[in-house]
Amino acid sequence: MTNYRVTIGLEVHVQLKTKSKMFCACSTDFGASPNTHVCPVCMGYPGSLPVMNREAIRWTVISGLMLGCRINPFSKFDRKNYFYPDMPKNYQITQCDKPLCLGGGVDIEVEGKTKRVGITRIHQEEDVAKNMHYATWSGIDYNRAGVPLMEIVSEPDMESADEAVAYLQTLRQILVYAEVSDCNMEEGNMRCDVNISVRPDGQSSFGTKVEIKNMNSFKGIYNALKYEIDRQQEVVRGGGKIIQETRRWDVDKGQTFSMRTKEDAHDYRYFPEPDLMPIALPDSLVSEWASMLPLLPAQRREKFVSEFGLPEYDAQVLAADKAVGDYFESAARQSRNPKAVSNWVMTDVLRTLTERGISITGFAIKPVALAELVDLTDAKVINSNTARDVFAIMLEEGGRAKEIVAARGLAQVSDAGAIEAVVDQVITENPKSVEDFKNGKAAAMKFLIGQVMRLSKGKANPQMAGALLEKKLSN
Amino acid sequence: MMLNTLTIHEVLERLDRGECRSEDVVRSVLDAIHKTDGRIHGYLPLDETEAIAQARGADLARRNGAKGRLLGVPIAVKDVLNIKGQSCTCGSKILKGYVSPYDATAIARLRAEGAIFVGRTNMDEFAMGSSTENSAYGVTCNPWDLERVPGGSSGGSAAVIAAHEAVAALGSDTGGSVRQPASFCGCVGLKPTYGRISRYGLTAYASSLDQIGPITKDIRDAALLLQIMSGVDESDSTSLPVAVPDYQAVLTRDLKGVTVGLPKEYFVGGLDPEVERCVQEAIEVCRKLGAKVVEVSLPHTRVAVDTYYIIAPAEASANLSRFDGVRYGYRAEGAVDPLDLYKKTRAEGFGPEVKRRIILGTYVLSSGYYDAFYLRAQKVRTLIRRDFEEAFKQCSVILSPVAPTPAYRIGQNSADPLQMYLGDIFTVPVNLAGICGLSVPCGMASGKLPVGLQVMGPALGEEAILRTGYAFEQATDWRSRCSGIADENAGSQVRL
Repeated sequence: MTNYRVTIGLEVHVQLKTKSKMFCACSTDFGASPNTHVCPVCMGYPGSLPVMNREAIRWTVISGLMLGCRINPFSKFDRKNYFYPDMPKNYQITQCDKPLCLGGGVDIEVEGKTKRVGITRIHQEEDVAKNMHYATWSGIDYNRAGVPLMEIVSEPDMESADEAVAYLQTLRQILVYAEVSDCNMEEGNMRCDVNISVRPDGQSSFGTKVEIKNMNSFKGIYNALKYEIDRQQEVVRGGGKIIQETRRWDVDKGQTFSMRTKEDAHDYRYFPEPDLMPIALPDSLVSEWASMLPLLPAQRREKFVSEFGLPEYDAQVLAADKAVGDYFESAARQSRNPKAVSNWVMTDVLRTLTERGISITGFAIKPVALAELVDLTDAKVINSNTARDVFAIMLEEGGRAKEIVAARGLAQVSDAGAIEAVVDQVITENPKSVEDFKNGKAAAMKFLIGQVMRLSKGKANPQMAGALLEKKLSN
Repeated sequence: MMLNTLTIHEVLERLDRGECRSEDVVRSVLDAIHKTDGRIHGYLPLDETEAIAQARGADLARRNGAKGRLLGVPIAVKDVLNIKGQSCTCGSKILKGYVSPYDATAIARLRAEGAIFVGRTNMDEFAMGSSTENSAYGVTCNPWDLERVPGGSSGGSAAVIAAHEAVAALGSDTGGSVRQPASFCGCVGLKPTYGRISRYGLTAYASSLDQIGPITKDIRDAALLLQIMSGVDESDSTSLPVAVPDYQAVLTRDLKGVTVGLPKEYFVGGLDPEVERCVQEAIEVCRKLGAKVVEVSLPHTRVAVDTYYIIAPAEASANLSRFDGVRYGYRAEGAVDPLDLYKKTRAEGFGPEVKRRIILGTYVLSSGYYDAFYLRAQKVRTLIRRDFEEAFKQCSVILSPVAPTPAYRIGQNSADPLQMYLGDIFTVPVNLAGICGLSVPCGMASGKLPVGLQVMGPALGEEAILRTGYAFEQATDWRSRCSGIADENAGSQVRL
């Protein structure tokens, strides 16, 4: 049986996190009442004119730099003409032949193998409105019309659904890292169109490509690709021909359906947008932006390993989210024991975030406070149990570890005389356990140490207490 | 002296001296409109109560010590400019019922100086035309001869000035739409440099060519309105971030040190002999005022009209896509789906000339034709701009006719669009080059119809063209000639 090779290319639309829209001052906030974030510009009223959002341009360029693209020194906007009720002007302002970013790529990892997926271009455009359909009528919400989008077009470098999803996830992580977008697929601020074709092994030219639209989750994309790969292979295997067409993914039916064929493809009649000046980005400005770029997730993992001596696993967990990585890095720099900081962040800190459903930027314990806590434990000023208590106090009441330990007298007691008095009391009050220990029951020692800790209100140095008990009971 | 016959400066003098109120001026204008606009049809339906209310507001403000370079001065506005709360139909059925939610920047700047906006003037639908015969709301007639067109597309604005039915007016000029009607009606019309006045709020016909311009009774008024409307606007990325000079300060009565260029390509066959005579006499006047006259060459003039009728319709085809019946304006009944709604609304809402240009523009942008038409036209446009750059190395202004003929008869060219388009030959190069030009009255063809002299200047050369226009205007008495309708309105009584 003939084997088939799959070729996949992706067009990813990403909503930028700007406060205002691409060409007017309206808010981009998600979830407002329909048609409350609108003005003559984003509603396409007669006489209104677009004005470029410079922040959006900057963020698209930053995304391009993060993805290894060349930044076009001369870029411009064009009008893409087509009629649709979600289009206020019936043309979209986008970029045709002079996009902001060219070239680039990302490294993806699938089944332990690393592979580079090329990026053809990134261009800037405006989002359309949202059509809402009811029983007998339809409505249009223009709140989304004009929200800045960047479209990232990949090379046809992916050969399986797994690779496509890995590419999307890597892309998403990088863009969230660059803080240009939330890349939240459910809110629609990351959307994806797929181009896919199959060809028999050994054939050098690509097969006829099909475009799939309307996918809004990684799972949907994965399933749509799986379905479409099977469908196309079956068609070709049966001697049929793939038609160049646009298909729609139906989540409920788990199938793709033909939307339109090439014959009724639009002629978009692109031409330069006369209402906007071209964009000339001086090298000096691009260099300035480049100098402020955050590290890529992979670079950061390496940095955590080499600079803080973390195990690979820790580095991966901490670098997965930029804000968590930032938190860790700040605390680690202020502490003498980065690995201990890593342990705290990976366990108590992340668990608290999950339990409370909050983000690390709003976390009550600041990096400097965690670093202090770690160092107090490291210096044996407090023991690890006390450290957990102090962590809980800081979480609820704020404050700094040193002050809490001092104010509440939580410092570990390492004075042999003071511990000895407590040890003697415990031996006197627990003859049964003393007996058990002497009869070789090791667990009894744990109980006795526990009693010392209890009587000392947790402040006794447990190692010293254990040593003293053993010394006294072995006499 | 009837107040409606005055210039802005004359009105302001009287208002300042307390000799009349803004309300008197507005009532005088309204009286003239009642008396003669039934024959001219320069205005679209008026809201007289609102006009009087604005005037009273200005009078109150003046009594309270308010200042403003146009405080209480009524201005007629071409129906293409957005004024908050007013309709803005652009002479089209498709915008019937649309009420603008905002002020155009130029309007806001005039308003800030106290101007009041009395009446919207008729125009060729979406500024597409040269005769104001293409309005969905009827034809406007030339006050000098009611059987003739007033020019276009700002024909309403020019006609109401020529009829003394207004003190001053605004038009828009994409290929001559301010200058040519000014020429046909014997008033002053100024097309500023592209980007001099913000286009925000000017309903777009061809975005890379459109400019707002004043249509006035004299050069001083044009300079004043230009002064106020000019300057960079953050709402229009194509507005020029260049300081606005004092345009009034350059108005002198001589042309010493001015070199006037005459483009040899403009004085060839096809020019009406009476127009040619008037323009030649005007050139002699300039020479006597001290100007040096040289011949210049604008070799790409012959392809200017072709270039214009590719670029302008291309941009228009996209600019007019938004009129679809979904959000505002006219909506066709009985549509079964969105596509059907668009088709019906646009078929019923647009007139034939607008449809012709949308189809033409759609065609020249189509895949397979773009390079041959649109792209090539843009290249020719660059050549036309260079022609002017070269010419302006030898002269400070260029003189020419505004149009090859005086006002023609209504219906004379409407059956032949190509003939109509050729009438734009002397005006479209200025828009394509993005430079400035004005029309100033320079004679009467056969003693009956006004002829305009076009004074063209380089980009941001408004001072030079205003100075030339002013010196010429002051040295001649063409501006004191009145149309028959204006004579009637000069006798209208002020109702106090």
